Amino acid sequence: MKTMLSLLVLLTTVAFTPIISDNGYEIGDIATDFKLKNIDGNTVSLSDYKDAKGFIVVFTCNTCPYAVAYEDRIEALNKKYAKKGYPVIAIMPNNVRTKPGDSMEAMQQRAKEKGFTFPYVMDADQSIYPQYGATKTPHVYVLESTAKGPVVQYIGAIDDNYKDATLVKTKYVENAVDALLSGTPVKVTKTKAIGCSIKV
Amino acid sequence: MNFSCKPENNKSIALEIHDFSGIEPYLNLEGDKTYVVNFWATWCAPCVKELPHFEALQEKYKEEIEVILVSLDFPHQYESKLKPFIQKYQLQSKIVVLDDPDMNSWIPKIDPQWDGAIPITVIYNASKRLFYNQTFSYKELETELQTFF
Repeated sequence: MKTMLSLLVLLTTVAFTPIISDNGYEIGDIATDFKLKNIDGNTVSLSDYKDAKGFIVVFTCNTCPYAVAYEDRIEALNKKYAKKGYPVIAIMPNNVRTKPGDSMEAMQQRAKEKGFTFPYVMDADQSIYPQYGATKTPHVYVLESTAKGPVVQYIGAIDDNYKDATLVKTKYVENAVDALLSGTPVKVTKTKAIGCSIKV
Repeated sequence: MNFSCKPENNKSIALEIHDFSGIEPYLNLEGDKTYVVNFWATWCAPCVKELPHFEALQEKYKEEIEVILVSLDFPHQYESKLKPFIQKYQLQSKIVVLDDPDMNSWIPKIDPQWDGAIPITVIYNASKRLFYNQTFSYKELETELQTFF
């Protein structure tokens, strides 16, 4: 009965909630390229990666406990997939005046401490994350390089257990990239997770 | 306000901790009141900022509503952050803690439009239910609540 009730509530909510369609990317959209400053002082664009088969774009930061919980797993994704053609590009989207702990200096420091091997760039004018529709950190977009541009193939969480990497049952991002590498459709294209809202 | 019987240290605060199946009933209470369920965490600055408004609402509408504060704090911070926070601000509303790492399984059950950023608030009673993916000022919260009466 309880399940029926929740289902009813769910259906009612679906029926009466307006669907917002212009709120960032859907699966199949072409993602925008960007030119953002990296922690090494250079700028990074998707188009710099001539041979990339795609990208794992992660909106993340220093100051969100969920983002921190995933730092080692983001690094592991880059170690595993950069050489297969899917490098990680981490974008820090927060306003640093609101979150001084996410300043360029703090990003450099954190990357050094953790030994990040991927670019950690700053969306300094906060113009990129709204186009993607990122709302929180961490928030992942898997893009596939095509003749038309980078196609969004997965949006959401890294896996299904933020607390303990050893208890993860489903590695959403790895499954998506593995599928793309083997030329098969991505089965789970969107997932949701708690995160820290991006600070404006 | 009477502070004399308030807990004096962490140890006397007993947290009610559930996975989602234990939280779900709080989203489907069938009493006569209007229920105001706010999802928050001590690490979430906008949540902390609006929390006093929920406390004030509970105080003003004692008879009509029940505020339920669902904390998403991390288990390793229950003692170091959550309990001291409850203590410091003398929170009076009901507090329950949601500890369920398989977030993709339960987030859509709270609202299909919710992407997982907090704070969020659900206000419901026997005849109406609304989901709010936003923060509130006290005035906004009270105005919203009054649409349920």
